Amino acid sequence: MKRFARHAIFYGVLIGIWVVLAKLKIWPTYVFPTPKGVAESLWAGFADHSFWIAIVVSMKRMLLGYSLSVVLGMVLGLGVASNKFLEETMGGLLVSLQSLPSICWLPLAVLWFGLTEKAILFVVVMGSLLSVTIGMETGRQQMPKIYGMAGRNLGARGFKLFWYVLLPASLPFILSGLKQGWAFAWRSLISGEMIFVSLGLGQLLMMGRDLNDMSQVIAVMMLIIAIGYIVDGLVFKTIERRLQHKWGLAPAT
Amino acid sequence: MTPNPAVQPSFASDHRRPVRGATGRWKAGAGPAVLPLRHADGNGVPRVSLKGISLSYKTNDGSRLLALDNINLKVKPGEFLCVVGPSGCGKSTLLHLIAGLHAATSGNVLVDDKIVQGTGTDRILIFQELGLFPWLTVGQNVDFGMKMKAVPKAEREEKTQYYLRLVHLSQFKDSYTHQLSGGMRQRVALARALATEPDVLLMDEPFAALDAQTRDLLHDELERIWAETGRTIIFVTHNVREAVRLGDRVALMTFRPGRVKREYLIDLPRPRVLEDITVAKSAREILDDLREEINKSLEEQYGQKEVSA
Repeated sequence: MKRFARHAIFYGVLIGIWVVLAKLKIWPTYVFPTPKGVAESLWAGFADHSFWIAIVVSMKRMLLGYSLSVVLGMVLGLGVASNKFLEETMGGLLVSLQSLPSICWLPLAVLWFGLTEKAILFVVVMGSLLSVTIGMETGRQQMPKIYGMAGRNLGARGFKLFWYVLLPASLPFILSGLKQGWAFAWRSLISGEMIFVSLGLGQLLMMGRDLNDMSQVIAVMMLIIAIGYIVDGLVFKTIERRLQHKWGLAPAT
Repeated sequence: MTPNPAVQPSFASDHRRPVRGATGRWKAGAGPAVLPLRHADGNGVPRVSLKGISLSYKTNDGSRLLALDNINLKVKPGEFLCVVGPSGCGKSTLLHLIAGLHAATSGNVLVDDKIVQGTGTDRILIFQELGLFPWLTVGQNVDFGMKMKAVPKAEREEKTQYYLRLVHLSQFKDSYTHQLSGGMRQRVALARALATEPDVLLMDEPFAALDAQTRDLLHDELERIWAETGRTIIFVTHNVREAVRLGDRVALMTFRPGRVKREYLIDLPRPRVLEDITVAKSAREILDDLREEINKSLEEQYGQKEVSA
């Protein structure tokens, strides 16, 4: 309750400042919108379904791209972790590639795939693939060796050893890779959509700019934050907390 | 394997707890008798035999180090063999070799006169660090080996119940291992190993990290479970008293390279107590021989210190 009160005061003051600044009319409303205008834009966007459509389109791309990079990343990470040569050579390349913002792949993607869904998927995959791969690789390397030995000792071999022992044993590491991968994919998607004109939240954002409708821009920004927070803060945090509880890593509540 | 039917309780009948005497120790002759089970079904064929096991490996400076040198050991069915030696003598490594987790440089491991290679559920190792799976509950840990062997689900459930009852952990079936005490975790590891019904149980200093009371209790429990299940056990420890307390036979290993220096038959009546004067006397004898090896290991450490100084 106290926590809630603190949050309420903080956001109350923040919106209060916003209202005062908007009321002072230092800037025209199409540059600096009022909270009321943003709320109306939000309402209108949901009412005429344009927000819903954008969310569905963006989430569809996100899920497709992210699932692809999870599968690819796991295979790649396993490959790199299981081979000393690959680990030394490709491991370094992967880390250095990660410093490249994934939107830099867009020119290439457009050249290769044209202005199609494939191009945007490619950017999303490139955004999250490396995080997933590196997470998988560290998971396989940092996982205590005793689990693999115990598993073999108890008769697990080949795929069974991987599925029932190695994978769950490296899950805490994999999860942090998956989480980071999701965050990167989300950023890549929105930047991709902003440049690449076709439905989606990013495009809605650019449309707001084109129409000089800052209320809509801010409303969409809030949507992007909200979706990011829901997935990252609620979905991943919940999985993480459950895992930590199971593993005895978190203090028992 | 077929354990001695006289001491193998059926899964249907409830597990009977042995009666404890006034001292809190097992009363001789009460409950399932705690008796050595040598030659239960052996026909003279050893359950496990090690033939000329040697292991050497490359050290960082490129030279080869001989860790184990021509180890020959025979373990009878149902026998409780303890292996003692100074730390660094390779006794844990020897267990890993028997379990098939590493390959020996030369020599063979035979189970029932057949050469075995790689891991197999006929030889289950209880690791020093236990290696219980933290993502599984206690019950799922016990179930794991049977699941890998594709034992039918109903049978697995029954056996999980049975072995958890055997180690007195029935009410912790759905707990996670980090919620248990050290002694309880030991018992989970024991139940998990027993549930695969191995021919031979390999135990690597399992009680080293436990406090004295818990260890005493687990000695009693292990002796009882051994008698009830009729398993062959190879138990590695650096504690001579523990070895004499538990073993039918004790094998003493030398320090680097590891060899079997001597074997001692421990012909003391069971159940034994760690504080028994007879246990102490036997231990004293072995300890004198062990001290020589410990001195050798200390000398080596001391010598290395001199070099580095």
